[in-house]
Amino acid sequence: MAVTQVLDRSPGGSKRLQRPKPHAIAPYVFLIVPVVLLVAFTYIPVANMFWYSLTSWDGLDKSKEFIGYENYQDVMTRPEFYGVFKVSLYYFAGAFLQLGLALYFATILSFDVRFKNFFKGVIFFPYLINGVAIAFVFLYFYRPGGVLDSVLGAVGAGGLQRPWLGDRSTVNYSLSAVSIWRYMGLNFVLFLGAIQSIPAALYEAADLDGANRWQQFRYIIAPGIKPVVSLSFILAFAGALSVFEIPYIMLGGANGSTTFVIKTVDTAFKFNKVGLASAMAVVLLVLILFVTWIQRRLVPDEGGELV
Amino acid sequence: MTAMTASPELRDSTFHRRRRLITAFAGIGKYTSLAMVTIVAVLPLFVLALASVKTDTEFQADGPFDLPDGLRTANFETAFNDGRMIQAFLNTVIILIISLIGTVLIGSMAAFAIDRFSFRGRGVVLALFLLATLVPAVTTQVATFQVINSLGLFNTRWSAVALYTGTDIVSIYIFLQFIRAIPKSLDEAALLDGATYWTIYRRVIFPLLRPAIATVTIIKGVQVYNDFYIPFLYMPSRDLGVISTALFRFKGPFGTQWEVISAGVLITILPTLLLFVFLQRYFYNGFTAGATK
Repeated sequence: MAVTQVLDRSPGGSKRLQRPKPHAIAPYVFLIVPVVLLVAFTYIPVANMFWYSLTSWDGLDKSKEFIGYENYQDVMTRPEFYGVFKVSLYYFAGAFLQLGLALYFATILSFDVRFKNFFKGVIFFPYLINGVAIAFVFLYFYRPGGVLDSVLGAVGAGGLQRPWLGDRSTVNYSLSAVSIWRYMGLNFVLFLGAIQSIPAALYEAADLDGANRWQQFRYIIAPGIKPVVSLSFILAFAGALSVFEIPYIMLGGANGSTTFVIKTVDTAFKFNKVGLASAMAVVLLVLILFVTWIQRRLVPDEGGELV
Repeated sequence: MTAMTASPELRDSTFHRRRRLITAFAGIGKYTSLAMVTIVAVLPLFVLALASVKTDTEFQADGPFDLPDGLRTANFETAFNDGRMIQAFLNTVIILIISLIGTVLIGSMAAFAIDRFSFRGRGVVLALFLLATLVPAVTTQVATFQVINSLGLFNTRWSAVALYTGTDIVSIYIFLQFIRAIPKSLDEAALLDGATYWTIYRRVIFPLLRPAIATVTIIKGVQVYNDFYIPFLYMPSRDLGVISTALFRFKGPFGTQWEVISAGVLITILPTLLLFVFLQRYFYNGFTAGATK
């Protein structure tokens, strides 16, 4: 969509620099390096990935044996592969909570609050922290007799103490909580930015009309930030499908915390089944493209002005 | 009847009293929730800071909230020396600087060509860049690995540099946005003065892109400093450890020495915290620009 807009614009290209023939190569000179890198590190891998996914290649052999859709059949029918998608449901539920919290804090911090900058910084900062550091922070937080257990003991909820990461029934809740802790700040700042770009005159008019805070949220803020919220939903959904760092660093995917990407990376680099891993990656890519496509259908592309 | 529909002033005042009461309650709720989010954000980091200044025996005997006897730096020294964190900082900085220069040059050049020229294939190039933003890098690593390997970049710093520089399409979009705001009359004036396109790019456009460069530097800096996936997959050699992978390797030798691990974590977080405190505005603007492109 965006592309056609640009094409429509170019016939009126009097604004673009036009030069006689000798200089016509100038744009290509500027573009050669970016395009070569783009092709080498995005398009060749994507194309190769489709090809590998139809072979039984181990990543080392000179020859690649063509086996058709067998790998895809494995991914779709063997529960050890498609079953790990269930883990994404925890992160997806966490993402909902995360967006709700971000929206709440963005709304209250867009009105008059003391120490506004301090709170803004505190909520955003976790997003900037190194993922490995976060993994250690929460290994320490959840360890038996650690911070969480101590807090529970201190408030008289000692009965809830448990091996948060060792227990298969709690491990994914614990890990998606880490994900909320880490990513909520980004959504918060995006929402806050969107809310603050709403003209103040609208609030003043609403105040004069006697609208309360809820009505102001419902009729002024909510419509104003809809595009950002929808974008955040897609990012959160794609993120929930491709979780890797936190469960991998904290547990190596143990105790039922293996996500689809951990499974893919292990299949490729630990078990040398590059063909099968490629099929898994293709499945993930198709899923994410599908979700993005749905979002574009639901919320018409306003990104046209970007290109 | 008259009793029920009280005089307008009276009804008005009860209305206002009720509204004031609601506002007061809302105020309490507001600050309670802000205090809670602050505790949740800060507590996990604070307890780690406590652990990092304790001795091993002190750590074993204490609960996580007990204050240390004194401020000791021994754990930080262990983390720096035995944890190879100095080398890790060096590797991270080398990779970061080269990737940044590469990203800024590539992003600004691509944006210059796309925005300032009409040429055959422009639509195709745009479509290629647009489509590539939809492909999440995490899905393609299986095949990217083979490309890096066949270029002989595996287990060199250049693998990370190539990937950070070559797959950053968000930066190109940021540069495109900024370059569009630079009036074309500036280029045309320079062109009439006999400037070449290279001179226009270097003398006219590039200096005016400073805010875009600041934005890209912040986003890129955080991304490279925090990235684990790429150095972990492509640079397994211990000598090529960056901050993320060096800290990850604390898991083995310091497995139960939480006071040393805590020191390593703090060493990792501190540079980010300092930069954030001093450059807050740039961080907010940068990430708002980066995520919505």
